Amino acid sequence: MIKRWLYKLEPYFYLAPTIIGLLLFSAGAVIMSFLISFTKWDVINPPKFIGFQNYLIIFQSELFWKIFGNTFYYVILNVPPSIVIPLIIAVLLNQKLKGINIFRSIYFLPVISSIVAIALVWSWLYNPEFGLINYVLKKFFNIDGPRWLEDENWAMPAMVIMNVWKSMGYNMVLFLASLQNIPDSLYEVSEIDGASGIKKFFNITLPLISPTTFFVFIITIISSFQVFEQTYILTKGGPANSTLTLSYYIYQNAFLYLRMGYSSALSYILFGIIFIITLLQFKYQKKWVHYT
Amino acid sequence: MHKMKYKISTYIKNFLLYSFLIILAIIMIAPFIWMISTSLKETGAIFTLPPEIIPSNISLNNYKEIFERIPFLNFTKNSIIITISASIGQVVSCSLAAYAFARMKFKGSKVLYYILLSTMMIPSQVTIIPTFIIMNKLGLVDTHLALILPACLGGAFGTFLLRQFFSSIPKDLEDAAKIDGCGSLRIFYHIFLIQSKPVLATLFIFAFMFYWNDLLSPVIFLSSLDKMTLTVGLASIQGINYDRFDLMMAGSFLSMIPILILFVFAQKFFIKSIVSTGLKE
Repeated sequence: MIKRWLYKLEPYFYLAPTIIGLLLFSAGAVIMSFLISFTKWDVINPPKFIGFQNYLIIFQSELFWKIFGNTFYYVILNVPPSIVIPLIIAVLLNQKLKGINIFRSIYFLPVISSIVAIALVWSWLYNPEFGLINYVLKKFFNIDGPRWLEDENWAMPAMVIMNVWKSMGYNMVLFLASLQNIPDSLYEVSEIDGASGIKKFFNITLPLISPTTFFVFIITIISSFQVFEQTYILTKGGPANSTLTLSYYIYQNAFLYLRMGYSSALSYILFGIIFIITLLQFKYQKKWVHYT
Repeated sequence: MHKMKYKISTYIKNFLLYSFLIILAIIMIAPFIWMISTSLKETGAIFTLPPEIIPSNISLNNYKEIFERIPFLNFTKNSIIITISASIGQVVSCSLAAYAFARMKFKGSKVLYYILLSTMMIPSQVTIIPTFIIMNKLGLVDTHLALILPACLGGAFGTFLLRQFFSSIPKDLEDAAKIDGCGSLRIFYHIFLIQSKPVLATLFIFAFMFYWNDLLSPVIFLSSLDKMTLTVGLASIQGINYDRFDLMMAGSFLSMIPILILFVFAQKFFIKSIVSTGLKE
């Protein structure tokens, strides 16, 4: 009898850490955060229930709409090059050429490096007077570079450039793995039909790797909405709030101003945006994603 | 004639391709060279024009200064403790759960698995506030445990990755072991873990990269200087000496060394860990 009981309980022994983790830090935390979003709470004093007030204040705040716009601006600037550039490079690397592995390793270097180290280097590269980027622009292209992180109009593009550079290797590796799964015979058949390289790319390569493109698209959008470290090191949201994004604003409110309720409400708004956009992508994927 | 023409066009094509790949390689590696070059300059020499890629006076002063000005060794020690414990905790807890999901029949297994997978969609901004409050209640704020504990309590990606692999291990071995009277824990260890070394290494590397480079959690949970990790420590130099790029570059470079060494010896697993994030069921 006891033995049978033990046998039945056995799976839960293996799952205990996962279940505790789910209850405390993930699924449970999602519910908790939802409840906190209806309170005014500074952690020190007990929480006070205030209904939808946090949400009302947020939607009436001008700063919030600016941040909302900034966040979308970052996503829209960041997503297309983060997908197209690695895809092109993966196609070029997907050939039997000498030394390909060396190139792959070099391109992968930024991926393994910490975003803090990377962002510190780039904040120095972007230095308007003594940074390498403006020097190269002047010397080789005779362009007077902008003041990058100190310029309201250039700070966000500067963050995006760094991010595209940093994540290039990650998406490239995903695309490469997918490209290597395409059988050579498909290309050979179309070569007999006299298809050109570009035609082969659009008719064979793109449709066959579309599930990977879809996956890369989704994770790039989700991670772009959550941009935090870049802001923390490069700009702290400045100049003039031009790079202040939702994720950083949530951090500021929760951990610098101790407004737990307010920032929980903000985090739920971010969650809602990500959820809706992901849902839409899954809905429209049938139009362009081909699963074989 | 035709063959000759073909050969020449291949040469041109390869020449263009290699030129492109080399230019790109320069773009990818230039920031690292700039980092090392700056770190080797004397204080003040970084603010000269034109910038020198190879410094005329190479100095190791920044590397000396960084150990004197901030507790750099202590930051490194903290990072190592947290990263290794969290990565091991992640591999152990995920493999336990993956084994149950792959091989055991129990009530609610499907539901639980899908709930777990759906947590991948939750942005960390949503869970970080409750996590902070729980850690505060447990008295773990400003301890390393606040960063290690959640890692030891499973994770969606790791469990998914290992479950996929465990499910592909043939059942015969397991059945034979059962007949010999092996309990599930021994089967788990001797058959599943031993056979999945490459996947376990992949997950370990993935976790290692994540915890070593993580900034958000240490920023939120650690407040005293002697507990801080390398990432927060480095960011703090920027806060105190905003124009000491030479010092920051020395620190950044040093902080990258452990992961670089790991990358050189286990590149295969780094690539695998990235590819596996793109796995579909």
